[in-house]
Parts: sequence; structure tokens; C-alpha cells
Amino acid sequence: MTNHWIDIRNSDCILIMGSNAAENHPISFKYVTQAMEKGAKLISVDPRFTRTSSKADIYTALRSGTDIAFLGGMIKYILENNLYNKEYTAAYTNAPFIVGESYGFNDGLFSGYKKGGEEGPSLGSYDKSKWAFEMDGNKVPKMDRTLKHKRSVFQLLKVHYSRYDLDTVSKVTGTPKEDLLEVYKTYAATGATGQAGTIMYAMGWTQHTVGTQNIRTMAMIQLLLGNMGVAGGGVNALRGESNVQGSTDHCLLWHIWPGYLKTARASNDSLDAYNTKWTPKSQDPLSANWWSNYPKYSVSMLKSFFGKNATKSNQFGYNWLPKVDDGKAYSWFDIFDDMYKGDISGFFAWGMNPACSGSNVSKIRKSMENLDWMVNVNIFDNETGSFWKGPDKDPSKIKTEVFMLPAAVFVEKEGSITNSGRWMQWRYQGPKPLGNSRPDGDIIMELGHRIKEKYKTSDSVFKDPIVNLKWDYETNGTYDPHKAAKEINGYFTKDCTVKGKQCKKGTLVPSFAWLQADGSTSSGNWLYCNSYTEKGNMSARKGQKDAPNNIGLFPEFAWCWPVNRRILYNRASVDPQGRPWDKKDWVVKFAGEVKDGKYVSKKWLGDVPDGGWYPLENPDGSKRKDAKHPFIMRKHGHAQIFGPGRADGPFSEHYEPLECPVEKNYFSSQMVNPTAVVYSSKADAHATCDPRFPFVGTTYRVSEHWQTGLMTRPQEWLMELQPNVFVEMSEELAKLRGIKNGERVNVSSARATLECTAVVTKRFKPFTIGYATVHQVGIPWHYGWRWPSTGTEESANLLTPPAGDPNTRIPETKAFMVNVTKL
Amino acid sequence: MSKSIFIDTTICTACRGCQVACKQWHDLPAEKTINVGSYQNPQDLSFDTYKLVRMKEEIINGRLEWLFFPDQCRHCVDAPCLETAFDENAIYRDPATGAILYTRESKKLDAEEITGSCPYNIPRKAMDGVLAKCDMCNDRIHNGLQPACVTACPTGAMTFGDREEILAFAKKRLGKVKQKFAKAMLLNPDEVNVIYLVGFDPQLYSDYAVASSDRGGLSRSVALRKMMGPFAKMMRV
Repeated sequence: MTNHWIDIRNSDCILIMGSNAAENHPISFKYVTQAMEKGAKLISVDPRFTRTSSKADIYTALRSGTDIAFLGGMIKYILENNLYNKEYTAAYTNAPFIVGESYGFNDGLFSGYKKGGEEGPSLGSYDKSKWAFEMDGNKVPKMDRTLKHKRSVFQLLKVHYSRYDLDTVSKVTGTPKEDLLEVYKTYAATGATGQAGTIMYAMGWTQHTVGTQNIRTMAMIQLLLGNMGVAGGGVNALRGESNVQGSTDHCLLWHIWPGYLKTARASNDSLDAYNTKWTPKSQDPLSANWWSNYPKYSVSMLKSFFGKNATKSNQFGYNWLPKVDDGKAYSWFDIFDDMYKGDISGFFAWGMNPACSGSNVSKIRKSMENLDWMVNVNIFDNETGSFWKGPDKDPSKIKTEVFMLPAAVFVEKEGSITNSGRWMQWRYQGPKPLGNSRPDGDIIMELGHRIKEKYKTSDSVFKDPIVNLKWDYETNGTYDPHKAAKEINGYFTKDCTVKGKQCKKGTLVPSFAWLQADGSTSSGNWLYCNSYTEKGNMSARKGQKDAPNNIGLFPEFAWCWPVNRRILYNRASVDPQGRPWDKKDWVVKFAGEVKDGKYVSKKWLGDVPDGGWYPLENPDGSKRKDAKHPFIMRKHGHAQIFGPGRADGPFSEHYEPLECPVEKNYFSSQMVNPTAVVYSSKADAHATCDPRFPFVGTTYRVSEHWQTGLMTRPQEWLMELQPNVFVEMSEELAKLRGIKNGERVNVSSARATLECTAVVTKRFKPFTIGYATVHQVGIPWHYGWRWPSTGTEESANLLTPPAGDPNTRIPETKAFMVNVTKL
Repeated sequence: MSKSIFIDTTICTACRGCQVACKQWHDLPAEKTINVGSYQNPQDLSFDTYKLVRMKEEIINGRLEWLFFPDQCRHCVDAPCLETAFDENAIYRDPATGAILYTRESKKLDAEEITGSCPYNIPRKAMDGVLAKCDMCNDRIHNGLQPACVTACPTGAMTFGDREEILAFAKKRLGKVKQKFAKAMLLNPDEVNVIYLVGFDPQLYSDYAVASSDRGGLSRSVALRKMMGPFAKMMRV
């Protein structure tokens, strides 16, 4: 979330699309309800009428996988009706930037397209240099703040989305035109100064072959409406677990290191080469280009990993870190693809249940047979640890040795979680772990010690990374979460002078502004530098006082990255002279002294500002040379309506899901995202526009279960509420197939068949797509054969497809094709 | 002074946290259920289920509405079940909270007469004849806590407090809700301590959302007892 949970209450219009907040984030509805009490409008857009929809002022349905068409229509509506926030768009976004002449878009393809990919199963890739901005003599992007230049981002945006007219959008999405207009009109009203609109989204937007561009499209809308940085605005991802945000921040994903540093490629053959490659450069004196600090963060991270063994002469241990091959991806999909091919022989499944949670789990379950060993670290046995005795498996033919390490459950251990709103919150141990279960920290520490011991005594190849690893996060022989938290924050590693102040070796670094690239500081994750300082554990704070703007920031409660800033990009919530757009619910405001129409001292009130520089203009309207544009994490200081870094294009474009019910994409002759990743082993079947699978399928969650159900399926009170895997369908589809409400049916895709209980409901309605009727069904993915013991309630991910987004490789589990038949 | 619970169904999201919290506090076993084609489960209140969120899909004014009704004992101001039982060892009112409470002695009562007396169709009988229903978490209240269901509610759809305050709050809330739901109403607010606010015709939520005329009411013997007032007890009519 760019904002945070409480901030939802400050919104004037809440769009819930790509998520089902009432069911899957029930507590969030406290704040949605509070906003509505103050007059906010709630819009629910979902293929199916949900518990969220039941509370909405406006509900409308769209076919799964058509969000870009829906939102593209909204961009067109905003632009054509002049509802965008002109001052904001011109000042803070890259709408005025001039795009080079090599940029082009024709029939669904941007310029620079090449079929086939370097990165394994990609359908194709782009030469992104074709999308570069035009630079002036000082290497600063050329701009036209009037937004009139025909190659300005703004004008290109207008042209691009002019094709998203109501007729075509409605034909693709199946949403009636009058509903589209009502949603567009209601949401676009937040473009007015002082109005804020917010989006609450989750996997309904991300899990598509166009997942990243779904979010990009909404981000563009939020920028056009001036909704970024303001209270009650933002782009808000609702995370599916209490600590998904934390695990992402700390490099859960293969392509990033802690704090969103880049994983080194093999071609980054020295620390210098690595830092040079990934440190963006800007010649604009008004651009803070915060990532120019990159080397300070990467070196501090290496100092944290290798401690005193990391020295300038050995590049702080840079060469000890594993590098990924250029052009190769190592995502979830790729791991199991490699495992399927027999290239991976050992596997840790840690707090995960891939045998139920991944897309196309039959392949995942099959690939596990190729392992020599698996270590399953979890609180209960699950479908992963027991894969060898699962449905259709012959244990006598499976060689994999499985070790189960029982882990302590969250209440039994101390440590932090980071919630969706980026709040790091400390939790204390409640009951002691049961039996021989142990906290994850203890398991990791001991594993590390044993591996280090092995490497020390053997003559193994390349043992430096292991033996030199700093591994001292214990007190009295057990894992100490405070030591880990302090390491993440970082220390001064020698007496030094920073910012004119004496800093003592061994003391904690006050914030990332103090980190250095010379090895004098360590920090396991620069984004968290400031979370555990000499003032104490900031995440354990329980202060109940709100900030003076009284918008629910509660700055002394827990701690928020970065540097306790509760609303990201908050300097965009003020005009160029530092005055809030919204006088009532203001986030920050400049309160420096004025002399002769000029600011003469610096002072910001409210939230921690995105850098404490002077505003761009003085009260007399004169421009300041010592100011910085508000979007400090962007190279040029401006938010990106045009995003030239994405794999699939600088603007979004509607493409059909890999499996879709239509033979024609009404926007272009490109059916599928031309850069999507599609896997093609024998276990990766897919079928599009295939009469055998005529219905759109999607997966989702329910309030009563969690994730693969590992924690909820053994819970009898929850099983009482939702005992069976079910498939929801319209009354019309049920009639077509002769299916009675509550009877068991088969749902099949090109991958597998799943038995479900039919829930026949008014909450699903057939769509009119083009001129045809298209039915959609949906299935919760919380089940698995291991429990309940009947073994009849299986994972919906047996059905889901082997394709993903080119930027993230997240699977397309939210739109695929199925059939539904009576047993 | 009596305690009351206000349940504003217009902001209930049917997360069913209340239903689970009730089972947890009372340590009630889960029922073996199957999905019969609806999220609602179990299908009805039972000896082991004191609180149940009823769910109905209705087309109202051309719009689909998913109606949620967290059903439970209303803890009537004048409780027909208590009057019918006429046995304080089996069914009594806690004067401190107004909660209507059933004991194991209830198995000596004519169960059908008791359940039949309830205008909201709430009490349920165990195999051995003992009757059970929501006890307002009377033990929690005496320990300074709110009922478990109220504590669990994420949206603030349930509010607990002194009857006068709750009644005033409910009326104020009704005024506000009517701006959005023209037909909104409080259900039997003067007769019950669990006061529902609904946005639509109450019959759509549940057959027994409002006091049902074909149930309850007073039998002749109960009417006679009522008429005789305090003397009835002495005479054990």
C-alpha cells in the first residue's frame, strides 16, 4: 500500500476491484465502513457479486481478465471530459515528457518487438530503448508543461486510449455501457481538488498474464486524478498474509535483494560493475533521484552479510554472493519447471504448501517425484510433505526422502511482521512452542551452523561465502530476534564522522540517510534502517497520539518504512508552493518562514515528508533551484504515466488471457500478451477457444479459510462454515447443464478435473461478450486432499494454467477455461 | 439495569466472526455440515449453535441484495419462554443484565411448549431434553467484557451497552440509515434487548426476524399466571 489501512477512512470514493475486501480482508471493512459513514461512495467491480458487493453503492460485473479494457475506458472518459487534475498532472507526472520518435504502437504491438524470448518461455520481448524520452542538451528529459506537444506522454496517452470506447469496452468486458459510465463518472469525480479516491486490489488484479499492467493502468488513473500522495488516495495492494509485505521487502523473490536492490547478474562481474549497472543517473538538479544512493545500500548490505570479513580489498564479499545467469529467470514457475525436468534434486518447502498453492499443481506434485530429498518446515503435515502418498501416487515408486521439521506457530515466537500498510509491528511470544516444534529462526540458525561446520572441515569448492558469512544472531544458544532486527537496521562498523556528527563504532545507524558506501556502515535492508535505533525498537511502540493533521497517521504506533513515512509520495499532496491540495485532510504542508515573497527557512508539518527540501516554488511564484520534484524514487522525479521500464509496454493494452472464450481480441490482432511467459512441458497443457472448455473459470478465497487451508481445514469451527470445495455458477448455467443447487459436479480444464459442490446463485450472471453469451464460474482454492480425511476436497489449482506475467511471472490463476458437468 | 445489543445489518459483511467467536467462548462443538448450495452453514440454530448468520439472495427494486442476518436470542423484555416455563430453576432472568438464561433443569420442561412460545423461534433441544440458546455471554458481562460476538465484529455492526443508551443509539442510527434505505426499521425495539436494524422488509431476512404472530403469544395458563401477577408463584398455577 502507498497509504495504509486506517487511511481508507479518509477516502471519498473507494473502488474495490481485483479484490474482495469484505471477505478476504474483513478488518479493512472497519475503515471502508467509516468512510461510507462520512459519505464516501463504494464501488465494487467483480465477475461475481460478493459480500463486498453487498455493501457497495455501485456494483457491476466484468469478465475475468478484462480489467485493462475496463480501466482503459475510464482513462478515455477522464481525458475526454477534462476530469483530470491538470495542475497535478502537469507538475508531478511525466505527462509533459517528450517521447522519442522511435516509439510507436500498431495493432497491439509497441515498437521494438521481437518474437521469442531470451528468458526461457517468453512469447517475445521488447527492445525498450525504442521507448526512450527525448533529452535536452543537459541530458534532462524534454518537457512541455502545457501538455500539447504531439509526442508528449499526455498526447500519446490520449491517442492510445482513444480506442477504448464504450462499445468496444463493453463488448470485451461484458459490462453494460450504462454501468461503465456510472463507475467512470463516480470515480472520476475524485479528480476534483480536495477529493480523494482509493483503490483496494489484490490477487484479482495481479494473477494474470497482464497483472503488472492491470496495476499500472490504475496507477495512471490515480495520477491523472491527483490521487497519489494524498490522504484517502493511493494504490493499495491488500496483502494476503500478515507478513507478505515484510517478506517481499526482505527479498522473498528471486530477482530482488533486501530493500528492492537488484539480484546480481553474472555479467555484473565486480561490485563496481554491479553498482554502476543498477544506479540510475540523472542530470536534472531538481531530481533527487534517490536511487543514486544505491552503492551505499548495497555495500552496507554486504557488510551486514559478511561483517568484518567484508573489506574494500575483497569488494566487501560481492563475489561471494550467487549471481543469476543473464537472461534466465528463477521464479516459482521456473523452479518447478527445472524440478520437473530433473534439474533440482533437493528442496526446502518452508512455510509453504506448493502442492496446493501453485498454478497447475499436478505438475508441481509430479516434479517433486524427481527430488532426492525434501525438507518440509511447517506447523502441520500438508499435501506437500505427503505428496508421495497423494492421489494417483504409488509410494513404492517414489524415491524422495521427506523430512518434516515442525515449526512453532506465530503466537509462539517473538519477532516482527510488516503489514500491507508497511507498518513493522513487533510481536511478543505467547505460549511456548509445543512438543519439539521450534521457531523458524532457531531452525535457520542451527541449519546455518551445521552447514558452516561442514564447509569448514571439508575441502569443498568455493567455501568462502559460507565460512565468511556472519552468523551470530543468538543469545544463550537460541535465536534472538532483537539481534536480527538490529542487524537489519544496521550499525556503524567503525568510529566515523557522518553529516558532521561523530558516530561510534557498534552503535545503531539512525536512518538510511547515514549509510555509507565505504564499509563504515552495515544494514541488512536499507529500507528498514531507522526501525531499531539507539532510541530502541521503534516497531514495538504503542503510542496512541495522532499527528496534528488528525488523519489517522498515529506516527508513534509501531514503525513504517521508509523512515516512518505513513503515506508515500506525500509531497505530491501539496501544490508546488507547499500548500495542501486538500485543506481539511492534509498530509504534509510547508510552514517555513517567508520574507519578500520567498521561503527563507525549511519546515514541514504532518507526515514525514518525502525529503525535506524546499517546495518547487516560492509564495511569489518564482521557481526555486534548491527544490526537488516529489517522486524522489523515480530517476527524473516524476511519476510515470509512461512506464518505459516494463517488459510489456510503456502503456497498458488489453490482451486476452492465455485461455479465453473469444476468438478475437476486439482491440488488436494480438490475442495474448505478446511477452507473456507460457510453459510447455508435457504437464503444461492449455486450450483456448476450445469447445471442450466453454466457460471462464477463476479462483478466489472465502472469509472462512486461509491460503491452502493448512491452518483452517483442521479447524472444525471453520470447516463447519465452509466444509466443501465448491463451484459457483449462475442459475442460467445450472439450467443449461441440468445442475441442481448443492449437487456434486465435475469442473475440468485442459489440466485436470476437480469434483466440487455446485453453488447455484443469482450472484453470477452470464456475460454478453461480443454477440455471444459467456458463462463464468469460480472456485475457492483453499482445499487439498490431505484434510478433511475423506480426501474428496481437492485444490482448485489442479485446474489453473501454466502461464504468467512477463514482469513478475505471477501465474494467471484468475482467468482460464473450464467445463462443468454433472458427475 | 438491562443490557442490550444493537445489530446493524446494513453494515454486516457476514464474515461470521461472531458465529465462530460464540462457539469458541462457549466451547461448543462444530456440527458436521455439508455445503447444500449456500454459504450459510449450519442450516439452522441448534443446541450447539447459538448464533447463526442467515444469508438470503433477494432481488429488491430490480437490484440484487445479499441479506445477512446474525440470528440469536433477543433476550425479550417480557420473555414468553420464561413466563411459559414458570420455573426459575430452569429459565430465569439475570436482574443485573436482563439476560434470559437456561439451566440444565430445562430438561424437566415441556420443550415443545417452550420453543413454541418463542416468537423468534430460538431455543433448541438436546437429545436429553435440555434447552439451549444464546446467554448474552452473561459470564463475560459480569467480568467487564462485552459479549464475544460483539468483540469479534470487525465493522462495528454490533454494539453492546445499557439498554437506554443502546435504544437511543439504535434510533439515531435508524435516522441516518433511512437516508440510504428508505424502508429501514428497528425490529421490535420495545420488546427485545437484542435490537436489529434492517434495511428491507424483515421477512426477507428470516421468517422470524420480527415477532411472529403464528408463534409464541401466551397460552391460557401463562395468561392466567400473568394476570395473577406475584400471587401466581405462590399458587403454582
